[in-house]
Amino acid sequence: MRIGVVTFPGSLDDRDAARAVRECGGEAVPLWHGDADLKGVDAVILPGGFSYGDYLRCGAIARFAPVMDALVPAARGGLPVLGICNGFQVLTESHLLPGALIRNDHRKFNCVDQRLVVENASTDWTSDFEAGQEITIVLKNGEGGFVADEKTLDTLEGEGRVVFRYVPDAEGRNPNGSYRHIAGITNERGNVVGLMPHPEHAVEEGYGPSLDGRGFFTSIIKQTLESAATA
Amino acid sequence: MSDTQTAPLLDTVEHAAATPDVEQPWAELGLKVDEYANIREIIGRRPTIAELAMYSVMWSEHCSYKSSKIHFSLWGENTTDEMREKLLVGIGENAGVVDIGDGWAVTFKVESHNHPSYVEPYQGAATGVGGIIRDIMSMGARPIAVMDPLRFGNLHHPDTQRVLPGVVAGVGGYGNCIGLPNIGGEVVFDDCYQGNPLVNALCVGAMRIEDIHLAKASGPGNKVILFGAKTGGDGIGGVSVLASETFDEGGPTKRPAVQVGDPFAEKVLIECCLDLYAAGVVDGIQDLGGAGLSCATSELASNGDGGMQVELSLVPLRDASLQPQEILMSESQERMMAVVEPKHLDEFMAITEKWDVEATVIGEVTDGDHLVITWHGEVIVDVPPRSVAHEGPTYNRPLARPAYLDGLNAAGTAELAKPQTGEEIRAQLLTLLGSPNLCDKSWITDQYDRYVLGNTALAQPDDSGVVRVDEETGRGVAVSTDCNGRFAKLDPYAGAQLALAEAYRNVATAGAAPLAVTDCLNFGSPEDPGVMWQFREAIRGIAEGCRFLGIPVTGGNVSFYNQTGDVAIHPTPVIGVLGVMDDVSKRSGSGFRSDDAHVYLLGTTRDELDGSEWAHVVHKHLGGLPPKVDLAAEQALGRVLVEAARTGIVEAAHDLSEGGLAIALAEACMRHGVGVTVDGLDAIGADAEGNPLDAFTALFSESSARALVAVPAGHAAEFEAMLGDVPHARIGVTGGRDLEVVGHFSVSVAELTSAHEFTLPAVFGS
Repeated sequence: MRIGVVTFPGSLDDRDAARAVRECGGEAVPLWHGDADLKGVDAVILPGGFSYGDYLRCGAIARFAPVMDALVPAARGGLPVLGICNGFQVLTESHLLPGALIRNDHRKFNCVDQRLVVENASTDWTSDFEAGQEITIVLKNGEGGFVADEKTLDTLEGEGRVVFRYVPDAEGRNPNGSYRHIAGITNERGNVVGLMPHPEHAVEEGYGPSLDGRGFFTSIIKQTLESAATA
Repeated sequence: MSDTQTAPLLDTVEHAAATPDVEQPWAELGLKVDEYANIREIIGRRPTIAELAMYSVMWSEHCSYKSSKIHFSLWGENTTDEMREKLLVGIGENAGVVDIGDGWAVTFKVESHNHPSYVEPYQGAATGVGGIIRDIMSMGARPIAVMDPLRFGNLHHPDTQRVLPGVVAGVGGYGNCIGLPNIGGEVVFDDCYQGNPLVNALCVGAMRIEDIHLAKASGPGNKVILFGAKTGGDGIGGVSVLASETFDEGGPTKRPAVQVGDPFAEKVLIECCLDLYAAGVVDGIQDLGGAGLSCATSELASNGDGGMQVELSLVPLRDASLQPQEILMSESQERMMAVVEPKHLDEFMAITEKWDVEATVIGEVTDGDHLVITWHGEVIVDVPPRSVAHEGPTYNRPLARPAYLDGLNAAGTAELAKPQTGEEIRAQLLTLLGSPNLCDKSWITDQYDRYVLGNTALAQPDDSGVVRVDEETGRGVAVSTDCNGRFAKLDPYAGAQLALAEAYRNVATAGAAPLAVTDCLNFGSPEDPGVMWQFREAIRGIAEGCRFLGIPVTGGNVSFYNQTGDVAIHPTPVIGVLGVMDDVSKRSGSGFRSDDAHVYLLGTTRDELDGSEWAHVVHKHLGGLPPKVDLAAEQALGRVLVEAARTGIVEAAHDLSEGGLAIALAEACMRHGVGVTVDGLDAIGADAEGNPLDAFTALFSESSARALVAVPAGHAAEFEAMLGDVPHARIGVTGGRDLEVVGHFSVSVAELTSAHEFTLPAVFGS
């Protein structure tokens, strides 16, 4: 249950993600952007923040960091990877996940306690949830609008790869203009998950809107324990 | 020879000594004639252009506190030994530091960035946040939270729509990207701030006590290192030109004097500095803010025990054409200066390289007593550093109680029409709830990340921001900033104490024991005797109030010249109070959470509507006298609130301030959608003649030292037993979906919420 948390220059929620891993019973292993070394971890979290200031385009520079040279092939080989917010942006820039994240449709940064529906409870990071379950975790971003072409969206839907959807408000709007209310997606294999909201801010009593974020971390910890047992 | 003979390109000390009669641009740099003469006397010759630049920025009002510091003796005179006990670093350093127990130290400070934010709202506000964060970093601390007290002109004025979205985006853009939770602050609208919006920024940092660092250059031979961003042409003369002069109608725009921020660079700088501190390789540290290198070099040298030698051409530049005096004045952001022992130099450089932070040795500490700056080897500055940094001019400016005050104080609210029926009270409650100062601020605060770092236990719209410091024990701090400028206008002494009392109370309602104070004193022109009188009265009020409450002022900032033409802002002494909690997970929120809790009103309600939000909104009236200050009552109330929170029986605690009991009840209902039935209104307060207050006055009076507390029925007796001498009344019970004041009116929480949430999106878009 060693879970790596990558720190890029400008990563902000890396310490939070590591704390969430520990709170849920795992061991957090710091990974450094400049080292193409995953230190033999069982899974990796790309945390939120503004890697490299999000200059040029969110996640566009981080994609070329040495640590990604090790991470991309490992993820293609089945290593569980969770990208949160900026981490999701890095995953789309790295083509580990399809689509892109663009500026919120209302053009503002937005920090809210957000209701989500879990659409797919069979990925490495969501198996402790139930499909259709509603959870509330923190959403905070300026560029969280998920977009993709129609064909890609249809493929994602058809293959059950939409993992989370925003619960729209009374007017039918989601908080950032994401197509089809998509908040998070996975790859074909279900080991790479990216989402804009922040599960690591909902794991401790007294410090967030709920404890709903724990499911992400307990899912992966159980998953790795099981795969270790069957190996 | 013709008269085309050119002056030497470089104005060296030698050249200055040989050319005493050269005309110098001291007036353009903001110096007065006698100040210029004083500089000549100190150094025994005319200053070089580089020296003139340094003195001009360091002797500006912003850096030298020349109009205010004569009044600072009030701080010292009112700080007792008991108050000093928890004070690890006091006024005069980059920020004050207090001991919060278990070996933890917390540093916090509030500062203004008012003028730059009016000229260029986004960058002005952003660099205001960046600047205060560097102050906190330079104490050796990890910054853990920010807050921003903001004041704007009329919500519906077109210029507010230029200034506010830019300021908010700037505060958020910088704070979000640097990764600090924004846990509170204020947003106030008043016509008096139309041409002078107030953008104040507060930062809190934490460290172990042994990790406190100070800004001093000691030990001859120690290296002086400039690290962080390159130096550019932005913000040249910002403090003297922008912060220390009144805006003139139709004057030239001053945009080039506003700095430009890069929060990513500062985020990296924070992590780099923390690594440097942890490695123990930093002897002295100073951030570069107002007055840039002029300030950092002269303050470090002045605080140390020797001199300093700097070769200015070694400073990495973004713009190679900058002149030496411009390099000295530049306020380029995200720069720090460290003093490092030679034996630690390699390790220092290795750490900065790890973070890709550029670091350059630009000089060293000498055993002399002068600050000597060279440019390619030629001496262009040779001055006693104290004369630049700490011995600037001091003005004892004339002060006089403004003549208008008698008339203003006489024109109270007694004659104003008041609502008579329950329906009228209900209608005015909804009007107030949607008014600019009381409406929902989430259009603004949702643009700030309040969760990053994972330690936020409470944030806006609760009464104070609460963050955990120690992850093992949950020990942490609560901070609130407050000021009602209208009260300060009516009586600056009382108004300042009411601001102090409100911030104190807001920390206590969360359950934290108040510990220390920071202040940001925003005033008009010190050259106006009426403003100077307001200033003196406010300082006296804060200092004497702090003495009474037993909590020291640890530092702060003065912002003068917040006036356009001869119209000054309301005196606005923003007070930040910091409190400590053993375990912040036990904090009390401001909203009702469940049905059937008993609701208590603590404190004494009087007929006090002068200067109230009701008079402001309904009658556009300001006059009379502010509510009575009763610091003994505040202290007793605070003790009860802290004790009750500690026992864990408080379900909600909310302070009463603008809009009085009516607004506090509405806010407590809206927070989690839980209603309340108020049946005990008759038991509340009395007027000066001892007659019971009418329902309207009981609901809208703004008497101080009051709070609303909800306690589960099962704990009511236990709670009442804690109250001791604190006046209290059980006024109702939570539950349902309505705010009902029995015998007067009822309104659904949904209707309250829609009136509350409508206002800002209607102006700024959703």
